[in-house]
Amino acid sequence: MEAVIENLPLFLEGFRNTLGLLLLAGTGALVFGIIIAAMRISPVASLRGFATVYTEIVRNTPLTLVLFFCAYILPYLQFSPGYFVLATIGLTVYTSPFVAEALRSGVNGVHVGQAEAARSVGLTFTQTLSFVVMPQAVRMVIPPLINVFIALTKNTSVAGAFFVFELFGAARKITNDRGDEVLAILLAVAVFYLLVTISLGLIAGRVEKKVAVLR
Amino acid sequence: MTSVLYDAPGPKAIFRSRLFSVVAGLVIAAGLVWLILALGAPKTSANGAVQPGLWDVSRWDVFADREVWRTLGRGALNTLRMAGVAAAFALVLGVLFSFGRVSDTKWIRIPTTVVLEFVRGMPVLLMMLFILLVFSTGSFWAGVAALSVYNGAIIGEALRAGIKSLPRGQREAGLAIGLTPVATRFRIEFPQAFRQMLPIIIAQLVVLLKDTSLAFVVGYEELLRSGLYNLTNFFGSRYSFSFFLVVLAIYLTMNLLLSWLARVIARRTGSKSGGVTTDTKAPPEKPLDPEVVYPAALGNQMGARGL
Repeated sequence: MEAVIENLPLFLEGFRNTLGLLLLAGTGALVFGIIIAAMRISPVASLRGFATVYTEIVRNTPLTLVLFFCAYILPYLQFSPGYFVLATIGLTVYTSPFVAEALRSGVNGVHVGQAEAARSVGLTFTQTLSFVVMPQAVRMVIPPLINVFIALTKNTSVAGAFFVFELFGAARKITNDRGDEVLAILLAVAVFYLLVTISLGLIAGRVEKKVAVLR
Repeated sequence: MTSVLYDAPGPKAIFRSRLFSVVAGLVIAAGLVWLILALGAPKTSANGAVQPGLWDVSRWDVFADREVWRTLGRGALNTLRMAGVAAAFALVLGVLFSFGRVSDTKWIRIPTTVVLEFVRGMPVLLMMLFILLVFSTGSFWAGVAALSVYNGAIIGEALRAGIKSLPRGQREAGLAIGLTPVATRFRIEFPQAFRQMLPIIIAQLVVLLKDTSLAFVVGYEELLRSGLYNLTNFFGSRYSFSFFLVVLAIYLTMNLLLSWLARVIARRTGSKSGGVTTDTKAPPEKPLDPEVVYPAALGNQMGARGL
């Protein structure tokens, strides 16, 4: 326990960097994910094909390989804005197809009768999408989207293995210094992660219940 | 071709959309060609030395060496070995977790729920480090244990959802013909839940195969460590990009094959498991609902994936 209290500043610094990675990569992945999802449901065949291939390739590549590429090979190709930025890029690229899939499944979840009804009362394509389909899709998208962000929170730990000082990096450093209290240190780190993941999970559960009433 | 969302396009609209498609395709192709050329162009580093481009022969001649391929093969086998052992343990744990989670006894249900929440909220990597340091197992067993506990928890949740989505009559019928509650769960409910959730379970096994690369961090000689890290260290960073591309290709082949298998099984079981529950209300979580707006309705002809 003593080792945990002694190193509290290090834990907090790691926690701050974890949250920073989560926020930056989360925002980036959201932006890219929306673009990819739009490409995947667009009527333009070539954009659709590109988005599909991108999704398949990235989803089947291990995150460790993506971050390895960012941390070792990008600097070798003379692109080195620092390990934090590199890890953010890697996490953004890795998370964006998952965001896109969550968005797509939300749009797919809207009942076809809704669109038919909107069309038969004379709404145009844009009106149907913006007044009928999208408002429902957005509600249904939030729970799976939060699940993607929970996964992202856990994935930021991999950045700790590639020179970013976040929670996992802090855990490695502190356990190296204090080999006698490994158990307490690792449990403390787990508590920090659970703080983020469980609270996000509670929000997702609450939203899901609301949506279930709405349908 | 017709869609719910807009009228069937006329000849002008079809021409316009084709034109746009071709232009967008050309832009994407041009971007890719530029990327390939830019990577292939010789570079001048900070001290003035000129390095050959990434497609230059001097960066790929290392693959003539038999030992390189043998190392890659060894790494891939180690990855598959870890994934196989962890998958077996994860399935067993998943079944146990799902039974604990739906148990009628409070003393089993609540502790299982707490353990599951704890495990699912933690990064696999942290679990690996934890097991490696606290139980001082080797890196192989640290990886296997962390992967099987984590994925077991997720498979357990999926199976629980499967059991919950069955019609209540299934359990009542089992009890009515005199089976004990445990026998009902094992012989009536579980087989149906397992079949219904098989696509999700296999998708999770793809995740498990990908996650074996995390064992790189705790020092296990899997594909990433032996095929990329060690070979680059041995032959020099001149070859790092070449090794990266080859390792990426191996990972993609393995994962895409398994994903494809998952899709085939999803299609097969999808039609079968429908027969179990058609006489009652539709189960809350159906993998494929023909009544919803699929991308086809938004002008996409590809249809949705089974998962």
